[in-house]
Amino acid sequence: MAEEVSVREAYGKALLELGMENHDVVVLDADLSRSTMTAFFAREFPERFFECGIAEQNMIGIAAGMAASGKIPFASTFAVFVPGRCFDQVRMSIAQPGLNVKLVTTHGGLSVGEDGTSHQSIEDLSLICSLPGFTVIVPADAIETTEAVKAAAAHLGPFYIRLCRPKLPLVYGDDYRFKLGKAVVMRQGGDATIIAIGLMVQSALDAARNLEREGIYCRVLNMSTLKPIDEAAIVQAAAETRAIVTAEEHLEHGGLGSLVAQVVVRHQPVPMEFVAIKDTYAKSGKPSELLERYGLTEKDIERAVKLALAKKR
Amino acid sequence: MVKKSLPEMGGSKSTSATSAEAEVFSLSASVAEMEAMAKKLRRHIITMIGKAGSGHPGGSLSAVEILTALYFKLMRHKPQDPHWEDRDRFILSKGHAAPLLYAVLAECGYFPVEELLTLRQLDSRLQGHTDRTITPGVEMSAGSLGQGLSFALGVALAGRLDGQDYRVYVLLGDGECNEGQVWEAAMAASHYSVDNLTAIVDNNGQQIDGWNCDVMSLDPFAAKWQAFGWRVIEVDGHSIPRLIAAFKEAQKVKGQPVVIIAHTVKGKGVSFMENNPDFHGTAPNTMEVEFALKELA
Ligand SMILES: Cc1ncc(C[n+]2csc(CCOP(=O)(O)OP(=O)(O)O)c2C)c(N)n1
Repeated sequence: MAEEVSVREAYGKALLELGMENHDVVVLDADLSRSTMTAFFAREFPERFFECGIAEQNMIGIAAGMAASGKIPFASTFAVFVPGRCFDQVRMSIAQPGLNVKLVTTHGGLSVGEDGTSHQSIEDLSLICSLPGFTVIVPADAIETTEAVKAAAAHLGPFYIRLCRPKLPLVYGDDYRFKLGKAVVMRQGGDATIIAIGLMVQSALDAARNLEREGIYCRVLNMSTLKPIDEAAIVQAAAETRAIVTAEEHLEHGGLGSLVAQVVVRHQPVPMEFVAIKDTYAKSGKPSELLERYGLTEKDIERAVKLALAKKR
Repeated sequence: MVKKSLPEMGGSKSTSATSAEAEVFSLSASVAEMEAMAKKLRRHIITMIGKAGSGHPGGSLSAVEILTALYFKLMRHKPQDPHWEDRDRFILSKGHAAPLLYAVLAECGYFPVEELLTLRQLDSRLQGHTDRTITPGVEMSAGSLGQGLSFALGVALAGRLDGQDYRVYVLLGDGECNEGQVWEAAMAASHYSVDNLTAIVDNNGQQIDGWNCDVMSLDPFAAKWQAFGWRVIEVDGHSIPRLIAAFKEAQKVKGQPVVIIAHTVKGKGVSFMENNPDFHGTAPNTMEVEFALKELA
């Protein structure tokens, strides 16, 4: 098992570095800076850190006003509160005017664990991807997180990065260079393609390794840029492997699976299966228990691959 | 990947070549000239909304003197260079009063006055509610009430961080103050002791479903702002000299934000629109336009 590293800590450190390089970078948080790790930045650059208190809608508006005045605001809280709590503010204050605000949220998905339903963000990707002009990234490990934060700062326009609470095994080495809008082939294979995001990338790799023992060779794509999605990589995978499985820590509706299916149906129809949460809210539990209960493990991916293969002509 | 070209996205830093040459708008108008301008703006509002066949006359008419005082007497701005870095900012939070803002901007020279008649038409730069990406001089995309004070606070904090001396003005509706976000922003502005920000409430006493006191009571309104740490100035919102005095008083306040509660009449200047909730969001028909323009002659 690869070394496990905190994606949130990677975010905090990346922000700190950005703050040193670029004095227009400002950071906002809504009373969660110790959890989102924006506290690193706050300690070093108190004059450029804006604690907004437990008032997410106001935080979005302040960030928008700052972006309209030439700043590069990074606003952070839990993924369940942004965009959910303040969807209309994100829509009208950031997305419509195309303002240069970076929303970096943590505790996305089920892996937040014991805090339960109110804290499990399983709709955020659907909401944020619905907004015209947003770029959306779900990093697969700490190294990709650092790269994603740099990419967000370099890009002009609304940006969303979703991180999770637990530490994640490294799927990349230090030499990894993230390319915005490009899926990464993590493993080659010709029988089926597993397209995954976030912590499901490691599960996809594990599933592919297990399936190989049964003589099933899976390609694994990390679709870390969810929007704009890498259509070329999807079409190529569909054409070459003729079966696709998506895997995400999100509701089945409106996330990675929906986005990939749209591309597949339009350009290269092939059988698909979806590893995601099925139209329900989850409960309290350990992250690993929840991933198992709601069908988000390597075994679920393996089953899905076999289902997709069975439908292949 | 298709990149949207968003010329204004980088924010307010002026890149336009005209920046150096563009004139700062002259603020030499007399009170009598401004009063005449207020009347002219009211005629524009009626004509525009009448022509468009939809829009919000009531809350546009009530704030005419407020914007006249700001744009013609108080704010440092360059109509030929709307992104001038040193400009004072006016943010219209009650975005449904867009016709008023458009009329003021046109009269200042941000775009041709004739363009006012394109209000709400397909491909017009004058959208039903403000859109900062296409209309010169419009600072915020508004229309969803409750968001402007937060946005203005962000602009004010950024200005302070950069050591810039511009002032930020934001106009709210009284009904708009039903929104919780307004009070989140009010709390934050005083927490950050922001004194380059002046909020104005167009306190015309009405919202859509009727009088504020019947829909959702705001009382005691001034005391609420005070309790949130704001300096409150109450003023007759239709007296240009009193408004100017109030704005000058606000400029002198240090260490806390100021709200000017402007007592106004919804539909002001047109007898049958005054205090008439039917004209919150309904356009006057041809006869009503004619009648109103006669009153405003
Ligand atoms: C968030 C939101 N809810 C509802 C509306 C619909 N709406 C438009 S104007 C208005 C009343 C506004 O009243 P007030 O702020 O007092 O404005 P004024 O009376 O000055 O026109 C409402 C409810 C809206 N634009 N935004």
